[in-house]
Amino acid sequence: MAIKGPILELKNVHTYYGNIHALKGVSCAIGAGDIACLIGANGAGKSTTLLTIFGVQRAAEGEIRFKGRPIHHLRPEQVAAQGISQIPEGRQIFPRMSTLENLEMGAYLRRDKAEIASDMEWVFGLFPVLKDRVRQLGGTLSGGEQQMLAIGRGLMSRPELLLLDEPSLGLAPKLVERIFETILEINKKGVTIFLVEQNAHMALSISDTGYVMETGRIVLTDKASALLQNEKVKKAYLGE
Amino acid sequence: MATSDIKKFIVYSLFLGILILPMIGFPGTSFKAARALTVWGVFVGIFAFWLLSKTIRRSDIYQRAADGVAPLRNQVFDKFTKLPTKFYIALMLVAVAIYPQLTNNYMVDVGITCLIYIVLGLGLNIVVGLAGLLDLGYIAFYAVGAYSYSLLNLNFGLSFWFCLPIGIVFGAVVGCIIGYPTLRMRGDYLAIVTMGFGEIIRLVLNNWDKLTKGPNGLLGMSKPAVYYPAVTDEGLRWVTYSLKSLHSLYYLMFVIAILTVIGVQRLDNSRIGRAWVAIREDEVAAELSGVPTTWLKLLAYAMGAAFASVAGAFFAAKLSYVNPNFFIFMESCIVLCIVILGGVGSIPGIILAGIALIAVPEVFRELQAYRMFAFGLAMAVMMVLRPEGLIPASRRKRELHATDQHTPED
Repeated sequence: MAIKGPILELKNVHTYYGNIHALKGVSCAIGAGDIACLIGANGAGKSTTLLTIFGVQRAAEGEIRFKGRPIHHLRPEQVAAQGISQIPEGRQIFPRMSTLENLEMGAYLRRDKAEIASDMEWVFGLFPVLKDRVRQLGGTLSGGEQQMLAIGRGLMSRPELLLLDEPSLGLAPKLVERIFETILEINKKGVTIFLVEQNAHMALSISDTGYVMETGRIVLTDKASALLQNEKVKKAYLGE
Repeated sequence: MATSDIKKFIVYSLFLGILILPMIGFPGTSFKAARALTVWGVFVGIFAFWLLSKTIRRSDIYQRAADGVAPLRNQVFDKFTKLPTKFYIALMLVAVAIYPQLTNNYMVDVGITCLIYIVLGLGLNIVVGLAGLLDLGYIAFYAVGAYSYSLLNLNFGLSFWFCLPIGIVFGAVVGCIIGYPTLRMRGDYLAIVTMGFGEIIRLVLNNWDKLTKGPNGLLGMSKPAVYYPAVTDEGLRWVTYSLKSLHSLYYLMFVIAILTVIGVQRLDNSRIGRAWVAIREDEVAAELSGVPTTWLKLLAYAMGAAFASVAGAFFAAKLSYVNPNFFIFMESCIVLCIVILGGVGSIPGIILAGIALIAVPEVFRELQAYRMFAFGLAMAVMMVLRPEGLIPASRRKRELHATDQHTPED
């Protein structure tokens, strides 16, 4: 599917938490319209990669380019304005805001009311259950519904690139399937997706490209279908 | 009456008695057993009344009677709830406006103090209620307002109205200075640091003798004045009317309070207000939604400080005297109590709590020694019975009860 040039490029990105060297030179390129996934063990630096792209964590070294323009010096709200959206790990919704208000927060940087309303209809189309819960407080939704709400909120900024941090975390297998189907559906609308997952099998099976991360470095890059057949990956991440 | 209720009654009453024991004082010094017993009696009486009413409400006769009266009660209740909110607001405004005509000077003074604390509570509500940043040194901004007016007036002879915007800017700047280093802190740490900053400001005022005259304070600031055109012997001139009387000061503070309520209300419903709530709910998620968290947190400190600064400038002008002891940590606590007791984020709640926490202790001045005890007890009882505050924030109510226009009911 990757026909156009990369929409997102990371070149030798280093990130530190105080003295801890979390990312040790991460490089990758994600094609426009692709689904890419980043798999790896706990603490490998997957979430840090996403937070660094978004500017929540500063890249101490290296370059991040979105549609050819450098974004590593931007603050999170400026990155969001570029057309990138991130769905945080662990269903971080606003618990004491209603579903509707949560979704409206996703469109915080937009001022085109009519378009926001139509995007909200789209989100309700993707997740009909959210429409039933529109007045309910976010914190009272079930785990799966909260994850859907988090994804819906991320889509409300109408992103070109969606960064998803462990959408399957703590969900029942059936729900995980449902979420991944929706991710494919979102991708069909032309949204590039960068997925961070521990559920490697599921992630690789929907992705075009896969990256394997170990202790702050990307150690393997290949077509997702090839990674699924890779002996090393099979052994370490697919449990075969 | 259930035996468990009686057991509770006895245990609680005894426990309360033990709590009140220290208030009796040491024999030979100031033995006030009678007074302590009275306090204890009042509380036990209230408790007994509550227990009795609970028992009655549970009884069959009451149930049957209540069912019979229900339609009538609903009718009356509907009539009252159908009156628009504007009607109640107007009623309240009229009541507050005619209040000074009905009482003596002392009570008008208490009214002014109430209004000042309402403004402080509303200002702190921006920081604590909306943005969710616990600030234990809030009174420092009140001090900044009071001292900036005092110093500008005494040294440069600037008028109240001229100093007010300057004081607001000073307050906002100090708010940012205190806010900036605390941006990365949360919860307990933030509370401790803000408390420290509050004390630093007080100690600076206390020790900078050359500028602030230290603990002696500053004396002799001029009162606010209004200017109006009038025809005099020399033709049409601007006439100065100094707001010296307590009544005129009351009305000035009344106007300031109304403006504050309008300001806070508008902030609450704005994009900025929504973003503050998002930060309070989940900072990372807010950041990822494109909310400029750093900037907005600073803005919350600055806005809160600006309102406190206005109140402070008025306070200094009214009293024509300030000293650092007006701005002790206890005052920060009282303002925070007002916010929490009223219902975090709720404007009517804070107004009610401001009146309750300032006016009630003044009215019962006799029992002033027990003020802290009553505060503590009130807070403890509130946290158990109504943790959301006297009048919960409309935002929360709206979320829970409002009907929604976006989707039909299914």
